[in-house]
Amino acid sequence: MAAVVAKDIRKDFGEVAAVDGVSLSVHDGEFLVLLGPSGCGKTTFLRIVAGLERQTSGDVLINDEIVNDITPRARGVAMVFQSYGLYPHLTVANNIAFPLRTQGTPRPEIKRKVDWAAGLLGIDRLLHRRPRQLSGGERQRVALARALVRNPTVFLLDEPLSNLDAKLRASARSELKQFQQKVGTTTIYVTHDQVEAMGMGDRIAVVDHGKLRQVGTPSEIYDHPADDFVASFLGTPPMNLVEHDDGLLGFRPEHFLPREMLDGAVLSELPFRIDRMEYLGSERILYGALDGFQAKREVTAKLPAHVSLSGIRTGEWHKFAVREAELRYFDRDGRRIVSAKEQAR
Amino acid sequence: MSVIAQSAAPRRLARSRFTFDRLEVLGPLFIAPAILYVVVLVGLPFLLALYYSVSAYSIFNPSYTFVGLKNFREVIDSEIFRRTLANTLIFTISAQIIGLLLGKIGAMLLMQEFPGRRLARALIVLPWAVPVSLATLAWVWMFDSLYSVINWTLVAAGLIDAAHRPQWLGQEDLAMIAVAVVHAWRLFPFGVVIFLAGFTSVPQDVLDAATIDGAGFWRRNYQIILPIIAPIIMIAVIFGTVFTFTDLSVVYLLTKGGPINSTQVLGSLAFQVGILSGDVAHGAAICLFLFPFLLVAVILLLRSLRRREI
Repeated sequence: MAAVVAKDIRKDFGEVAAVDGVSLSVHDGEFLVLLGPSGCGKTTFLRIVAGLERQTSGDVLINDEIVNDITPRARGVAMVFQSYGLYPHLTVANNIAFPLRTQGTPRPEIKRKVDWAAGLLGIDRLLHRRPRQLSGGERQRVALARALVRNPTVFLLDEPLSNLDAKLRASARSELKQFQQKVGTTTIYVTHDQVEAMGMGDRIAVVDHGKLRQVGTPSEIYDHPADDFVASFLGTPPMNLVEHDDGLLGFRPEHFLPREMLDGAVLSELPFRIDRMEYLGSERILYGALDGFQAKREVTAKLPAHVSLSGIRTGEWHKFAVREAELRYFDRDGRRIVSAKEQAR
Repeated sequence: MSVIAQSAAPRRLARSRFTFDRLEVLGPLFIAPAILYVVVLVGLPFLLALYYSVSAYSIFNPSYTFVGLKNFREVIDSEIFRRTLANTLIFTISAQIIGLLLGKIGAMLLMQEFPGRRLARALIVLPWAVPVSLATLAWVWMFDSLYSVINWTLVAAGLIDAAHRPQWLGQEDLAMIAVAVVHAWRLFPFGVVIFLAGFTSVPQDVLDAATIDGAGFWRRNYQIILPIIAPIIMIAVIFGTVFTFTDLSVVYLLTKGGPINSTQVLGSLAFQVGILSGDVAHGAAICLFLFPFLLVAVILLLRSLRRREI
């Protein structure tokens, strides 16, 4: 069963189409990440699902019912905002209780549910504080507790981790994912951070300029990008794309290695001139150019840092290679061409 | 710190060249006009009022005789004064309530998108900007016993009988309503501006969260928006209260405190007794009754401002 279905959603702001015909179905209990650069329309899409924004055309279905003209409160969705949207004048307990109060839940029931949600997120001690007395991570938990407390049909999360510092973000990421698995609520999570998307999503939907580029599991998105946008949006550094036979040839930097490191399999050898190197602790990034290929961006290779670099010097040509199986072909419009061999698999 | 280069004898720059760069010179210099203004136009008159209020000074007998608190006792014993004090409170409170209510409604309307919104936002400030004497004269005509456009409208709408037209400025209760309404009309642009500032300061995320959490229009307004902007509104209330409590222009221009002192307020009574009747001592004593009320208002104002800073 699909918990949320979007059918050809379109949203125009004046001349600009913020969401340009997105069709997507989110399965029951799934953690779906909407990934895209800022301004790509992913937040607008989320707000349309929530009912905060009315789509120009298209249908939103929640639990197989069209909810286009249903107010947010009747849709039964819960949303966590980028800056959390906590009520500054209410205590944590009252913040969490607010959605229950609007539903006219009896008082003992409210108390029980608030305690349950606070316990689940480990904020029991904070119930009498006000939002401004909390740290960023605590605020985020309060926002989650408020979203959780009335058993929503769908969780909508709009970049909930972007206001946390880098260290806290990493731990919040895994906590959030574990938490979602525990409660099993269908979740749509918006982010521009590919690490969050890869780490948390059951599936990822990549969005650009209001259009859905690809939907798939993290490994599908990463290993088999549907087009050159997806290929160059994911990965640090992103997939190398060079012009080849009236189209594009792509390969991941970590698959582009010195010839002598690869053995056995069928290889494509590519002469690589290294212009500069970056040492990143666990790995080295090599920047340079390929002989005989035009590329819009510098070609990169990613080597584990423990690999000895003896013999590799900047400014010189070296024999590098990619396994044939790791090569990806795109046509002139950037769409993926699936080779006969891959189709057979 | 490592020494990069060492000159033999560093040259000392003349201090005087940068006198005006220094905060301890510039600060007092810039604040001096404001202090001078307050001392000359607020401090001195206040001390003068204290001085006259314990004397028997009048323009007919301008010699100074100390009489202690006699003037205050006489003022408190006077029927007119007690009525005036009550009037002042009624006038202040009702003008605040009407003004803020109109201000909130006006601000909510001006938050909506509609063609001509910018013009409407500019026009709404008019009652605030028009000189009080001109505006009040217009209101005098609107409340006129014969030519009142308000009465004409009410008669035309069939709401009242032409033979029993209300005498807005001639009946005691109606006169109080009239002065309160005119003053509320003057206050309301201020209310609009304050509410607008408040509304726009509420983060969109919080409003969206309330919508998602199932709060309808009323709950969103009275459980989310109003409590959040309460400190800002508090400042408007205190400002408006001070502004109304000390006001005499609307009352003086509209009713001169009449009929039978039914709209007399502290300001207008003090003016009548102290200036028009020449009894400076009693006028000063009446004026000083403003002081405790204003002191409380100022303390509240400063406290709410400080709380906002924390």
